[in-house]
Amino acid sequence: MSQDPQCHDFQRGAKKALDDERLQTLLDRTLENGFQKKRLQGMSRLPEYEQLRDKARDLKNHVLDHLDMYLTRFEAEVTRAGGQVHWARDAAEARKIILDICLQADAKTVSKGKSMIAEEIGLNDHLEANGIAPIETDLGEYIIQLRDEPPSHIIAPAFHISKEQVAETFVESHTHLDPNRDLSEPTTLLNEARGELREKFINADVGITGANILVAETGTAMIVTNEGNGDLTQDLPPVHIALTSIEKVVPTLEDATLILRLLARTATGQEQSVYNTFFTGAKRPNDIDGPDEYHVVLLDNGRSELLGSEFRDILRCIRCGACINHCPVYGVTSGHAYGWVYPGPMGSVLTPHFVGIEEAHLLPGASTFCGRCEEVCPVRIPLPQLLRNWRVRAFEKGLAGRMQRLGLGVWAALARRPRLYRLVMNLAIAALGGLARGKGSFTRLLGAGGWTKARDLPAPQGGTFQSRYRKGER
Amino acid sequence: MTDRNLPKPHVGLFVTCLADLMRPSVGFAALRLLARAGAEVVVPDSQTCCGQPAYNSGDTKNARALAKAVIEAFADFQHVVVPSGSCAGQIVHHYPKLFADDDAWRAKAEDMAARTFELTTYLAEHLDLNDTGAVFDGSVTYHDSCAGLRELGVKKQPRHLLATVDGLTLNELEETEACCGFGGLFSIKYPDVSGAIVDKKADRVVAAKSDLLLGGDLGCLMNMAGKLKRRGSNVRVFHIAELLANMTDGPAIGEDRDA
Amino acid sequence: MNARKAIFERLKTTLDRVHNPTVRYSGADQRIQAGVAGFIPERGRSEGPAKTTLFVSEAERADADVRRLACLDDVPDVVKSVLGEVKFAALKAAPDKILQAMDWAGIDITFGRGEGTDHVGLSVAYAGVAETGTLVMASGSDAPTTLNFLPDVHMVVIREQDIAANYERVWDRLRGDAKLDAPDVPDAPVLPRTVNWITGPSRTADIEQTLLLGAHGPRKLIILLIDAETS
Repeated sequence: MSQDPQCHDFQRGAKKALDDERLQTLLDRTLENGFQKKRLQGMSRLPEYEQLRDKARDLKNHVLDHLDMYLTRFEAEVTRAGGQVHWARDAAEARKIILDICLQADAKTVSKGKSMIAEEIGLNDHLEANGIAPIETDLGEYIIQLRDEPPSHIIAPAFHISKEQVAETFVESHTHLDPNRDLSEPTTLLNEARGELREKFINADVGITGANILVAETGTAMIVTNEGNGDLTQDLPPVHIALTSIEKVVPTLEDATLILRLLARTATGQEQSVYNTFFTGAKRPNDIDGPDEYHVVLLDNGRSELLGSEFRDILRCIRCGACINHCPVYGVTSGHAYGWVYPGPMGSVLTPHFVGIEEAHLLPGASTFCGRCEEVCPVRIPLPQLLRNWRVRAFEKGLAGRMQRLGLGVWAALARRPRLYRLVMNLAIAALGGLARGKGSFTRLLGAGGWTKARDLPAPQGGTFQSRYRKGER
Repeated sequence: MTDRNLPKPHVGLFVTCLADLMRPSVGFAALRLLARAGAEVVVPDSQTCCGQPAYNSGDTKNARALAKAVIEAFADFQHVVVPSGSCAGQIVHHYPKLFADDDAWRAKAEDMAARTFELTTYLAEHLDLNDTGAVFDGSVTYHDSCAGLRELGVKKQPRHLLATVDGLTLNELEETEACCGFGGLFSIKYPDVSGAIVDKKADRVVAAKSDLLLGGDLGCLMNMAGKLKRRGSNVRVFHIAELLANMTDGPAIGEDRDA
Repeated sequence: MNARKAIFERLKTTLDRVHNPTVRYSGADQRIQAGVAGFIPERGRSEGPAKTTLFVSEAERADADVRRLACLDDVPDVVKSVLGEVKFAALKAAPDKILQAMDWAGIDITFGRGEGTDHVGLSVAYAGVAETGTLVMASGSDAPTTLNFLPDVHMVVIREQDIAANYERVWDRLRGDAKLDAPDVPDAPVLPRTVNWITGPSRTADIEQTLLLGAHGPRKLIILLIDAETS
């Protein structure tokens, strides 16, 4: 799937989603009736949840303040355990490092655990262009890979796809199977995917996973899955590559545990995801399984820059998806409208940094600032403030559009001149009231097409408060 | 807390531009309630807009200019009261941030922030208003506007005041804390998305089977009233101040005069 | 300039602005050295029989099938009946000496790592965590990780005394064991290649949010919990 950003197309992508009734039903089921409720249940089982949030925020801030030191220690420990650490400044360098490892290993196929970083750097396309077949093993990612679609959510990448669509896709792609087989039940679909992927896991030449957390103390990287696909990816092939980013390191195993008490609980309401797997170095001399070669690719891609910026707090993100699950905008537009890898509130803060504010300015604009994201973020990232920071930059670059700039300028110019304001507003309100002709609202009004397309516009009550008050009304 | 022997608090009413221009009755309702609760209220005439549209559009220059004007207009009041969670939130939380790099103005902003309150919070917690004298023989439902809720903790206070109203039944909205989709200029910059969000809110309002929909923010209320009207719903939409001040006889928000 | 150098230089420039470099450099190592204790919630402080009960109820809540056995000797019989239940004849077992010491007469058992053809696997857990009903598996010459993931049915023996109240106790135990296992190798890594926390059988909700067990890992997780007294 191409990673060319389509963020500039947000409005059209959103409209497409809004008109898709099936998608709207899936959104309601997955978010309001799914993740939102589950998170509340998960929280209710841990009375110390709020304290943990504070500690996690403080831990992440501490790490960011000492990031280079913890990365140094992490690197030393990985090397001690027989792994190799590679550093990549940007997406191109990361792709090259990984391709080189795969070519060295004479890889034909590569199994992949779910990795947002891999999407961020456009890894799959690059491998394919070089004659290597990447195979997504997370069921959701596998489905969208077959459909050549981008993920719509960072935890549930295929939630927008109905089971009928999955069945269609399997019939089209698994051509060696009987085309008339019954794929009406989710269990049959699952069993088919399980069967198809088993061989691929076993025959893969290289396995690539992400890493949710890195532990400096022991040089350990860890992944979180419910399926076990990440485990089959990291354990079966002779070469394992963990592709990750620099801000994911924490000092100790206890620190990793703190985050893990929050992560699944906040994302899906589970106490823990089924599999939390901690890998340290390559196979040991007496081990009877495990990869012979282990590589960690540490990607910067502008994170060191974010560290010194007004967006620093986004580096605390643990990729739980809670902000996405609770966002009223995402809740009707779904993920594709955001046009790149990361959707919803955290996506709207990260994306302009990666693809440029010119391309992505509609994303930080796509928010009512309701504040629900900040309310649910387990590491207390002030997401609305970060989105507003992007709006300031967009405004400074004139991306908001001349009409808007003009409108705001006129409004402010009037508002700073109370007497002129009253004069103009009294006239304007009287005119508007006149247009309404006793009706309580407008179904149509020149210049207010955006509003009146979906709802009536209440007409002014009549007079203004100030003018009526000055005349003695109380 | 209100000791009749103490001087009445000297309050400046920040009317808000929406109430001033679109629905003055909200301002008059606020005056009546504050007077009943024992405050002495003045309405400075140099006030216009808190600057939130500029602020949320990234227009920091104009946001600051409007903030300064508001701070100056209300410099001499003991308390400033606002019948809107988002305007009050703008003053309390965002004004100090606007002047992070300007010590003198930041001090003024922090000073103003410390004395500014959303209306229902002020009535319920500062003036201990237990008897609004309001009577309403019917049912209402209440929308928790986001800024008031999350920036200022406005949740129990309106419900406390509604509980003092004779004859009133309160039906809680399902997903009462879900955004209504207004978001200020968002409603016209992203009209389709905003329309879809308010559609979901309207579903919930209708399902609450109440005579009235109340809230503390005119922007949200106009947004929801407009959608309910478009759907042909009979739910009447008022600002909570209007109900508490027994001012629900006239047309509701968006309602025809002879409805 | 190579990538590593460039990244570290940028980090250093940015962070030196935040903190005095000398203070910063010592602070990081200090924290690891000091071994700052984890924050253990109430539920992670269970003891005695209550701890075991908690482990069982949490594991069952995550859809594990927990069977309590009086002693290790009872394992082969339970395994035999499980094989009958799941209708598979062959068993692949971890080459753990506890398992190798059992009487497997009448059971088609092979010791070794997991393979794609394995339907039923049997492992021994390093530890359990009562807090969330989690099994902790640690890779080694007698503990193949592949056996935790490839079979359809995974049975895990765990001794009651190996159930810890919380995760932190297990990390401490692993740290201690690392020193024991390689006392002459000061540079040996603390952790084995793979440590798994396993909480229930494999699952996915990727198809219309319908919860399904047995995505890629085992469809069934059967925990054979050996009571403390007689093991």
